[in-house]
Amino acid sequence: MRSSAAIACCIFLVTSCQREKRDFRPAPSRVAVFGDAARESPLQPGGSQPAQVVSNPYDKSAYAISEGQRLFDWYNCSGCHAHGGGAIGPPLVKQDWVYGGQPENLFDTIVKGRPNGMPAWGGRIPEYQIWQIVAYVRSINHEEPVSATPARTDSIQPQPTLHSVVDGATK
Amino acid sequence: MKISSLVWVKTILLTAVAAAISLAQIQNQPDDGQWTMPAKNYASTRFSTAGEINVSNVKNLKLAWTFSTGLTRGHEAAPLVVNNTMYVVTPWPNTLYALDLTKPGAPAKWAYQPNPVPAAQGVACCDVVNRGAFYYNGKIYYNTLDAQTVAVDAATGKEIWKTKLGDINQGETITMAPIVVKGKVLVGDSGGEFGVRGWLAGVDADTGKIAWRAYTTGPDKDVLIGPNFKPFYASERGADLGVKTWQGDQWKIGGGTAWSWISYDPELDLIYYGTSNPGPWNADMRPGDNKWACTIFARRPETGEAIWAYQIFPHDDHDYDAVNENILLDLTINGRLRKVLAHPDRDGRMYIMDRATGEVISAEAFAFQNTTEYVDLKTGRIKIVESKTTGFKTTRDICPAPPGGKDWQPSAFSPRTGLIYIPHNNLCYEIQGVQANYIAGTPYVGANVKMYAGPGGNRGEFTAWDPVNAKAVWKIKEELPVWSGAVVTAGDVVFYGTMDGWFKALDARNGTPLWQFKLGSGTVGQPVVYKGPDGKEYIAILSGVGGWSGAVVSGGLNPAADGTAALGFGNAMADLGKFTTKGGMLYAFALP
Ligand code: HEC
Repeated sequence: MRSSAAIACCIFLVTSCQREKRDFRPAPSRVAVFGDAARESPLQPGGSQPAQVVSNPYDKSAYAISEGQRLFDWYNCSGCHAHGGGAIGPPLVKQDWVYGGQPENLFDTIVKGRPNGMPAWGGRIPEYQIWQIVAYVRSINHEEPVSATPARTDSIQPQPTLHSVVDGATK
Repeated sequence: MKISSLVWVKTILLTAVAAAISLAQIQNQPDDGQWTMPAKNYASTRFSTAGEINVSNVKNLKLAWTFSTGLTRGHEAAPLVVNNTMYVVTPWPNTLYALDLTKPGAPAKWAYQPNPVPAAQGVACCDVVNRGAFYYNGKIYYNTLDAQTVAVDAATGKEIWKTKLGDINQGETITMAPIVVKGKVLVGDSGGEFGVRGWLAGVDADTGKIAWRAYTTGPDKDVLIGPNFKPFYASERGADLGVKTWQGDQWKIGGGTAWSWISYDPELDLIYYGTSNPGPWNADMRPGDNKWACTIFARRPETGEAIWAYQIFPHDDHDYDAVNENILLDLTINGRLRKVLAHPDRDGRMYIMDRATGEVISAEAFAFQNTTEYVDLKTGRIKIVESKTTGFKTTRDICPAPPGGKDWQPSAFSPRTGLIYIPHNNLCYEIQGVQANYIAGTPYVGANVKMYAGPGGNRGEFTAWDPVNAKAVWKIKEELPVWSGAVVTAGDVVFYGTMDGWFKALDARNGTPLWQFKLGSGTVGQPVVYKGPDGKEYIAILSGVGGWSGAVVSGGLNPAADGTAALGFGNAMADLGKFTTKGGMLYAFALP
């Protein structure tokens, strides 16, 4: 009795997972990349037009955000953007997004790249991982619930002091 | 601003001898009042025999004219002056302007656009800078960020040839100023933070054809090491050290780029340059000495053949590139006349080396450092401080930081004072080594870094160094890293600029401040001296803050949110925006 309930539950989970997979992985990606969801300009000639709406399937998911944090290092995003403060590429902790800071914009930026040196990652990073990275980038901008956001590593805390503590060291 | 005159009275007497001989070296290239290469001459002294502006009248120096580049990234180039024309190379998109010095206000005659691809900006580690051009036989030679070398007709601005030397999809860019020797344009790549395989190439000055390419890593045949390779130290001898001092194929992505200065001694017929850090920064990922990263090479200009090499920092674990300038001087040391090169290294030591043999004569610290104890002059090996090594661990209070006691910002030497004028840093850092993942065309570093000011709290210094006695003679503390080059004249005035935009003149003999002018933006440029068509002496410098140290402002970074911004430089420069704003402008000064 108990085991058959467990099996039924499993079947339900598996099928529901598959269904969800079909529903929310490819669809928002297509709209973000090919649709009009990822607008980069608020100017709409002739008056405002309704746009397709995309939401990140991993929104508010603690697991996905912490995966995104790991992948942000693994794909060397951190090599060019540091941990959000920027380096070769612009900071990713900010308000003044050039290509938009909504999930669909971030997804679009990562897939297509941007002309002044942002690599095009489409085909290289699987779509679900891109959404995880998007969730992470949103989280460092406090656009994800604190409860779902992983702790920042020590290395990204800004240094309160600008000065050395080794004045006594040998020359 | 505080001046400490350490040993300076004694030094004058000793250096007087050295000075007379050094001058002979420099006189090989008579000073006609032009400035045809960034370092002024092949010996890289940045010494001008102009003496109209001197210690007593420099206080009257006035702005003569200005020129805006319209760009907001770091302006690190030295302008050139040839045939009453000034040539200015900008950061990406690397426009070359020719300014007519015979007309009032020096209007532009023409501008040449090489159109480097915008995507190159994404693989330039430390801002999209360019360090200048080289004039040779009626042509201006320089490099573009997307790894091309161009030859442009100096009179008309017409492109004569353009050769692609590297691939941005491998992370290769070019930021250095080439030099031309015996019909070969010598060019090295940037990309030590991208796991590229570093090289120096000789390109035919007339045709743009690549004549030779000497890799930094790999088998001897690729490094152009052959039977004439005679390094001074035993540690540098043996077959294929560029492979054997690495594990497996790591040398193929091992860095060692040649992104900075090259000097040339016509008598010995040798060029000198240094190679960058090995990659990745996390040194535990690449056991071994990692040859020939962090190495000074002496090569033949026509063939690239290596004659000697000396690895300054085997198994570098602090990003201590050996790329800084090599100033060629003839000095009497311990009663012996020595042909030396003076190399102020990232590790904070001034290497005085016999440039014929590669022997280290002295290697004393000019900047605060705690990573090394000494250089063993018998073996050539540097003695490392174990507690400051880095790898898969966190190490704190390491000095100097990755940009070194000094980075690329070039020093000057005056044969009149016998002193080397070193613009430099006073920075320390902490580092956490992490796994680096090699993906071609993206950074290959594996380190979280945070830098901060060294002892005393000043982030920069300007040091006058006596190369004979291996001692500082005087030092000036600067609030910010001194990221501009220096120039010194026969008027005994030494010039440099600061990242908060003060262009300064000091008495070269004792460091007394004599004059200063506030530029619109901080300067990371290289001052030059020339004689105008009116016969007057001019000093010119580009302002426009940026570069690795200035990326906080030029790249609009957010160091408040993240101390590791700009490879950790963001932490040390978080307040730069309070001192300066961005914007490229050339300033020329003269006496009224
Ligand atoms: C090789 C360097 C490099 C790497 C690696 C890199 N970026 Fe970028 N990125 C850039 C540059 C340069 C820009 C600016 C492009 C432009 O303005 O055209 C940029 C722009 C962006 C933007 C747009 C910012 C805005 O204001 O709209 C986002 C978002 C971004 N990157 C995220 C990422 C993520 C996520 C990764 C990892 C998957 C990554 N980047 C990897 C260099 C890089």
